[in-house]
Amino acid sequence: MTPTYYLLLSALLFAIGAIGVLVRRNAIVVFMCIELMLNSVNLTLVTFARINGSLSGQVMAFFVMVVAAAEVVVGLAIIMSIFRTRRSASVDDSNLLKY
Amino acid sequence: MGTVFAASGVASASWLLLALPALGALVLLVGGRRTDGWGHLLGCATIALAFVWGLVLFFHTTGLPADQRVQNLHLWSWIPVNDLQVDFGLRIDPLSLTFVLLITGVGGLIHIYSIGYMSHDRDRRRFFAYLNLFVASMLLLVLGNGFVTLYLGWEGVGLASYLLIGWYSDRPTAATAAKKAFLMNRVGDVGLALGIFILFAKLHTTQFTEVFAQAHTLSGGTLTAVGLLFLLGACGKSGQFPLQAWLPDAMEGPTPVSALIHAATMVTAGVYLVARANPIFDLTSSGRLAVVIIGSITLLIGSIIGCAYDDIKKVLAYSTVSQIGYMMLAVGLGPFGYALGIVHLLSHGFFKAGLFLGAGSVMHAMDDETDMRRFGGLFRRMPITAVTFGLGYLAIIGFPGLSGFFSKDAIIDAAFRQGGWQGWVFGVAAALGAGLTAFYMTRLVIMTFFGDARWPELKTAEGKDYHPHEAKSVMTVPMIILAVGSVGAGAFLTLGHRMSDWLTPSLGQLQEHAAGPLSSTVVSVLVLGVSAIGVLVAYLVVARRAVPVQRPEPVSWPVRAARADLYGNSLNEVLVARPGQWFTGVLVFIDKMGVDGLVNGLAAAFGGTSGRLRRLQTGFVRSYALTMLGGAILLVAALLLVRFSA
Repeated sequence: MTPTYYLLLSALLFAIGAIGVLVRRNAIVVFMCIELMLNSVNLTLVTFARINGSLSGQVMAFFVMVVAAAEVVVGLAIIMSIFRTRRSASVDDSNLLKY
Repeated sequence: MGTVFAASGVASASWLLLALPALGALVLLVGGRRTDGWGHLLGCATIALAFVWGLVLFFHTTGLPADQRVQNLHLWSWIPVNDLQVDFGLRIDPLSLTFVLLITGVGGLIHIYSIGYMSHDRDRRRFFAYLNLFVASMLLLVLGNGFVTLYLGWEGVGLASYLLIGWYSDRPTAATAAKKAFLMNRVGDVGLALGIFILFAKLHTTQFTEVFAQAHTLSGGTLTAVGLLFLLGACGKSGQFPLQAWLPDAMEGPTPVSALIHAATMVTAGVYLVARANPIFDLTSSGRLAVVIIGSITLLIGSIIGCAYDDIKKVLAYSTVSQIGYMMLAVGLGPFGYALGIVHLLSHGFFKAGLFLGAGSVMHAMDDETDMRRFGGLFRRMPITAVTFGLGYLAIIGFPGLSGFFSKDAIIDAAFRQGGWQGWVFGVAAALGAGLTAFYMTRLVIMTFFGDARWPELKTAEGKDYHPHEAKSVMTVPMIILAVGSVGAGAFLTLGHRMSDWLTPSLGQLQEHAAGPLSSTVVSVLVLGVSAIGVLVAYLVVARRAVPVQRPEPVSWPVRAARADLYGNSLNEVLVARPGQWFTGVLVFIDKMGVDGLVNGLAAAFGGTSGRLRRLQTGFVRSYALTMLGGAILLVAALLLVRFSA
């Protein structure tokens, strides 16, 4: 049971999340992909905490979870209000803020 | 130079000399139409009071011992900036007092004459305001105790002359003449300003007292440069070659203005400058030589052109050019001639003012006609004018006993006494000038006052008959006084070295060359002979046959050249105006393409680049995410590279 596998898994999860953010248009899916990336980072932090026998990584993971929870609240609220006004959850449709 | 004393007694109130005419100008200009009724009287009164005050100062100064006559009156600190300390003050000494009396005396007579001459002008009050301004500026020029104060007056004179030459501003010729005078004066002013800058750079002062005390510490090259730059300034203001062309054009102004410019103010400023800066010119023989050369060239040019003109005022104008040439020649001789130049300036002030006022009287009688070919036989119609004019004429040609005889012959004699080739060249030039002067002045007098009357058959510009008549007494009295001056001034000033002794505290002792190639008597006889030939030739040419009313064409090339001002204007145009325009064009081009190009190009480059960079902000969240990911990958790659390459 080497920690390397955990690292590989988290790298895989991060890659999936990143690709999801880049290729998917639905705001909810993009949002979930961001959560996936955050959690893969959490996994990495916990793994390194285990390897180094230090609690710092685990504490850091808790911080990330708190921030992620807060971000979900705000992010979902924004997506909801955009959907209500524009009848669309596609991230490509909301492109008004540009040059 | 002797010691300079602080002004005391009445001399400490010498600022009144400046304040009176300046106040007159101020009241007349600010008061506007309310002062129309009595403005001319105020204008005359301020000058008359200034003259009286000048006399008081004169007698105060003559009462002082000779070595205490140079007085300095500090009024206030004008420009106190670190190293540059310019004081506003007056220098009361024999030289400045001489000029003060000339300016206020002759200027005052011209003021009185103007009451009559300008009586038909709606704006006579404004005319007197400008005249007062002119006199005030000239007084500041001669009284200032530093080069900067002198420069202030110098520019004030330029401004006033511009306003007065362009008096008939509804005439395009007058407006052009005023601009020409102003611009050509600027050329000279640049020279004067640069000279002052050099003095300040080297000596850290511009006050006369300190500059003159330290002049000997300057290097020869610096002194020559300052001398030549001052000469340029003098050329501009005094109408000397090559900047003489504005002076005859300045005849567009009313005749009293011409008299004021030519006799009492303005053109004498150049001679004053050289005489005042005598401690500098004493030390630079090449600078003095340049002054002498310019003076000689100018006196010949002026007298040659004077022979060809038919316009009575233009002949007199070129006569001034030539007479100022004599003065420059004299002051260029250095310690041998400063006082001679000033003496000639004074006697010239009398007879030239008289001649101009006489010409004005003729014009006044002849409906502002200036063409001498339309005059003739005016002696009987206007005897006072003719007699006073005649006395001025005898004075200018150097008739024995009259002003010109004493003042001009002394200059010619001094020129001969230079010795060597210089003595011969400048002496002969000056003697030749005397002959030419006799010719053109005789021609003028005969064509105007004698011979057949040509005007009865002619009509005025408005198609009326001419009715020549003697002027009112307000005009004739100044002419009579000036005629008395023309007769007596020369003898009064020169006999017993009265004038040169009086000027010694300012100009140094008048030196005399022990001997020249010709003795004074021979020179005197020579000049008389040359002048007599000039008179005789003029008599033969003009008086013995009828004067054609239309000027003859075609004429021989010397006359053609003289009628074209000896190509002075063309010379200026080719040498100065065209290259100046070309140079300005090049500068504008460089400015547009180089300076503007650089600045505008830089701005355009930034603008264009940011306009293109702006397009990166597409508004698509996913492309931003891709950019961020790419950036993160790059960062990680860079970190890895650093870590594993070490």
